[in-house]
Amino acid sequence: MIGNLATIIWRDVRQSYASGGTWLPVIFYLSAATLFPFAVGPDRDLLLQTGGGILWIAALLATLLPLDRLIQPDLENGVHDQLIVRGLSDEMIAAARMVSHWLAFGPPLLLAAFLASGLMGLEGAALGTLLASLAIATPALAGLAVMIAALTAGLKGAGALGGLLLVPLAIPLLIFGAGSLSAPGGSALLFLGAISLLLVAITPFAAGAALAAVRE
Amino acid sequence: MKEEQSTGSDERLVVEALGCVRGERLLFRGLGFALDAGQAGLLTGPNGVGKSSLLRLLAGLLTPSAGNYRAPGTRALCDDRLALDEHLPLAQALRFWAKLDGRSEADAASAMARAGLGHLAEVPVRYFSTGQRQRARLARTYLSGAQLWLLDEPANGLDSDSVSQLGTVLQEHLDGGGMILAASHIPLPIAFDISLRLEPLEELEAYR
Repeated sequence: MIGNLATIIWRDVRQSYASGGTWLPVIFYLSAATLFPFAVGPDRDLLLQTGGGILWIAALLATLLPLDRLIQPDLENGVHDQLIVRGLSDEMIAAARMVSHWLAFGPPLLLAAFLASGLMGLEGAALGTLLASLAIATPALAGLAVMIAALTAGLKGAGALGGLLLVPLAIPLLIFGAGSLSAPGGSALLFLGAISLLLVAITPFAAGAALAAVRE
Repeated sequence: MKEEQSTGSDERLVVEALGCVRGERLLFRGLGFALDAGQAGLLTGPNGVGKSSLLRLLAGLLTPSAGNYRAPGTRALCDDRLALDEHLPLAQALRFWAKLDGRSEADAASAMARAGLGHLAEVPVRYFSTGQRQRARLARTYLSGAQLWLLDEPANGLDSDSVSQLGTVLQEHLDGGGMILAASHIPLPIAFDISLRLEPLEELEAYR
């Protein structure tokens, strides 16, 4: 069973990197970070104060970009059905999808965040906190993406609906994630970790239930 | 959940009083039949009568609304969807399923050859024609090594040579103790042990 999951995860990860889709959020992220200083001006203090928050918002929005490629293609071409026929459960498939999406989404996003923080003038402890908070949150963001993709699979205008669904679910992540930047060393990172774990834990079940409902 | 209906290790397919509701419409009910190892069943009936739903149900993709069934632990479904990665060459796309099904590279090569696709192993799936796509679905099914093959219109889009090639492979599967349940409006060149005809329920009711 573990071997099967590894096979599925490996296929998804390879596909994401091969199709180039994994770099789309990165490019989006860097564009947002590049545009921001042009919008607010080159005031170093202002950038330092707001830059971390903007990078966090950009990370949330970048989560939305790959939504339509996460679940829908496998449902359409029958891969999901074939996995079920082979005795895998919807929850297992959703869990595998979350892991593979995180592997394709998390590391490139952290790399982009590192590059973008230079544009905001973040350095030292602030940079460390930003990267730590994003690293803690990326599994949750991957989980949210899989959950929303499963819920909206097959719907018209799934992208717009996905955006609406993400906002309330992502607010706790944003509060503690961006909050950890303004109060370094506080408990915000711990709360962020707790919320991240919660989202990761419910994703297989929520997404699995949505996938099972689509099939009936 | 569905494991209650399909206990897994059975060597036969036994269907008892099975009913299926799709979209608030009763497709069939009280359906009962059995297939032993080495037997084949043919499923016929007009469009929309529930042939595909029955096959999907026996594959474990739908839950029956009534009745129950026992099916062999390993099943393969060949429906109208390819379930292969379009951008990959056929051999690589099949490798994914070979790994999941615990089959070797040689099995994959033999499945492609038996589906008449040996020469297309290195061609990306997206360039396949209708008939080649159908043969790729069949290759995936041959590769599964499953005991029960559930085939939904397996001869769709095949030329007559490919249909007779399909017949040869199906017969080999039966001779090896496998089981086949096929829905087909194109005559398949194998001898079927049972024939099931599904009729639209509304019309049956009208005659009563």
